[in-house]
Amino acid sequence: MYKIKKEQLSALLETVGRNMDLYLPVNNNGKTNFGIWTEDARVDLETLKTVKSPKDAFFPQSEVLYSCYKDAKKTEITPQELVSRDFVIFGVRPCDVRAFEVLDRVFLAEPADTYYAARREHGIVVSLACHEPEESCFCKVFGIDAAAPEGDVAMWAVNDTYCMEARTEKGEKFLELVKEYLEPAGDEESAAVTAEQEAIREIIEKLPYSHLSLEGWDGNATKERFDDPRWKELSDACLACGTCTFSCPTCQCYDIKDFNTGHGVQRYRCWDSCMYSDFTLMAHGNNRTTQLQRFRQRFMHKLVYYPANNDGMYSCVGCGRCVEKCPQGLNIVKVIKRMGGSK
Amino acid sequence: MCNCGSEEKKNALLPQVGVITDIRQETPDVKTFRIVKPDGTKLFEHMPGQCAMLCVPGVGEGMFSITSSPTNKEYQEFSIKECGVLTTYLHNMEVGDEILVRGPYGNHFPVETVLKGQNLLFIAGGIGLAPLRSVINYVLDNREDYGTVDIVYGSRSADDLVQLKEIQEKWMNAKDTKVHLTIDREQEGWDGHVGFVPNYVKELNMSTDKVALICGPPIMIKFTLQGLQEVGFDKTQVYTTLELRMKCGVGKCGRCNIGSKYVCKDGPVFRCDEIDELPNEY
Repeated sequence: MYKIKKEQLSALLETVGRNMDLYLPVNNNGKTNFGIWTEDARVDLETLKTVKSPKDAFFPQSEVLYSCYKDAKKTEITPQELVSRDFVIFGVRPCDVRAFEVLDRVFLAEPADTYYAARREHGIVVSLACHEPEESCFCKVFGIDAAAPEGDVAMWAVNDTYCMEARTEKGEKFLELVKEYLEPAGDEESAAVTAEQEAIREIIEKLPYSHLSLEGWDGNATKERFDDPRWKELSDACLACGTCTFSCPTCQCYDIKDFNTGHGVQRYRCWDSCMYSDFTLMAHGNNRTTQLQRFRQRFMHKLVYYPANNDGMYSCVGCGRCVEKCPQGLNIVKVIKRMGGSK
Repeated sequence: MCNCGSEEKKNALLPQVGVITDIRQETPDVKTFRIVKPDGTKLFEHMPGQCAMLCVPGVGEGMFSITSSPTNKEYQEFSIKECGVLTTYLHNMEVGDEILVRGPYGNHFPVETVLKGQNLLFIAGGIGLAPLRSVINYVLDNREDYGTVDIVYGSRSADDLVQLKEIQEKWMNAKDTKVHLTIDREQEGWDGHVGFVPNYVKELNMSTDKVALICGPPIMIKFTLQGLQEVGFDKTQVYTTLELRMKCGVGKCGRCNIGSKYVCKDGPVFRCDEIDELPNEY
C-alpha cells in the first residue's frame, strides 16, 4: 500500500492529466460530475454521489459509430476510430465500480461491443472507498462493500492522506507512473485504513435501506412478479421522464440514430430509456402501450431478467441516485419492499 | 465457423455496402428486393429464419427477415411491406441503388436437426410468408432430407399473395408437396378457398405427424395455434417467430427484451412452448 498527502494530490493528478485523459469528479456550478481533468478543474472528491454515474467513461451518452458519405451512387463507410490510448477514471465509488461489471456482462457478451471493449481495455479504474455513506445508499443489499472497493487501484481517505493499493496489473502500472508522489504506507496507515473500513461498515449497518430483503426477487420469479397486481399502485405516479434511467449506472438501453453533417451522415448511438412511450413502437404496433408495462419492464429487467442471464447477479448496485432524483418519489427500493417476500 | 486466429474481431454494428440488383412488385404494397455486394457476390451466408438490418443513411435502419434460401448461392432477397418511413423510402429505391446491410442476426428454424426427416406443415399469413419462404425453398432444394410438405398460405385478397409465381411454378410442382391457398373474402376470378387461415387449417384436418411452422400477424398466429391444438398438435411441435422493435441486433440495446430473452439474439424463432414461458408482452 502507498500513501500521498491530500495536499499533494493535485500534483499527482496534474502529472496523470498531462499524460493521458483523466476523468474525475469535477464541480461545475455547484454540481459534481465526472469530467475531464484540466488545469483549472475544481476537483471534488468529497461529494459522495456524482449527479450522473461515471458510466459515460465506457458507454458515453452519445457516440459516433461510423460516418457515411455518398458520392453520386457510391456509398463509403468510415468506422469511428476506437479508443487506443490508456486513460484513467479516478475516484469511482464502489457501487459504480461494480456497475462496470454489470455493463461488462452486456457489452462484452458475444458478440462483444467493439467500441465499449476498446474503452474497457484502455481504461484504468481508481476507486475510492465511501468515507460517509448516505441515507439513500443500499449497496450492501447487493453484496457490495463500500469499505473495500474493487477496481484497478483502491483508495481510502484517511486523516490527511489518501492510501492507495493496486488490485490489478493495470493498477500497478498506474502507481508506477505516479510513484514520485507516493510513499510506502506503514503500519500506522494500515491501521488507519482498517479503522476507516470499520467506521464505514458501521455507518452502513445503520442506514435505513441496508437490510432490505431481496426475497422473492430472482431469475426464476418471472411469472409471479410479472403478474403481481401491485405494479399498478407502484407505477401510477410515474411521469415517464426517464431520470432514473439516465442517472442509473447500470441502465444500458440505447438508440441508434443519424446526424446529417451537411456533407454526410454520422450514425451514432445514444442512451435511451425503456420508460419512454416510443421505445418499443413499431410501424405495426407497440407491445408496451401503458406506463405500467414500461415501469414494470425496468424493474423486472434489473431484478429478474438480468439475474436469470447472469448467474443471479442483479442489475442494480444500490447507488441510490434514482431514490434521490425521482420527481415522484418512486424507486427501486419501494418496488423491492412492496413486492418482495410476498407469495 | 471458426472465429479464432488472426482474423480481426467483427464489429457487429458496422454495416457493409450492398447493391439492389432486382426489385419485384409482389402485391400493391409488397416489393421483393435482391441485394448483393458491389462486386456482385453474396453479402454473407445465413440460415432460414435469420434476419438482417437494412439501413438507408439519414432515413433509418430496420430489421427484415431474409426471404431467400441459403441454397441460393448468388444473392439475398427481402420481401418488404410499405408501412413506415424507412419502408416507404425503400419502395422508392431503384435497381442499382446502394444500401447498407448488416447481419445476419438471430437464430434460425432447426432445418439441420429437429426438422430433418419430418413431415412439415407451413402456415403463413400475408407478408408472414417472407421468413417461411426461406425454409420452404431450403427444404425443397434438399427434398430427400424431409418428409411430406404442406403449405397453407392466406392473404386478404388474391392480389396480396406474395411470391405467387414461385408458388405456382415451383412449390405446386414439387414432389410430395401440397399447397393450400386461401383469401379472406370472395373475389371475382378466384376459384380457390375463401376464409381465414386459422379456420382453413382446422378444415384441412391435418394428421398430427408433422412439425408446424407458423408465421403471420400475431392474431393469426394465436388462433392458428389454438386450432392446431384442437386437432391434436402439441405446442412442442409448433415453431413460430416473434417480432419486436430492434436497434442493435445483438442483444444489447434492450428494445426487443422480453423476459430473459432478446428476440434479435435468442429469437426470432421460438418453439411455441418456449413462448409460454415468456411474460405475455409480445
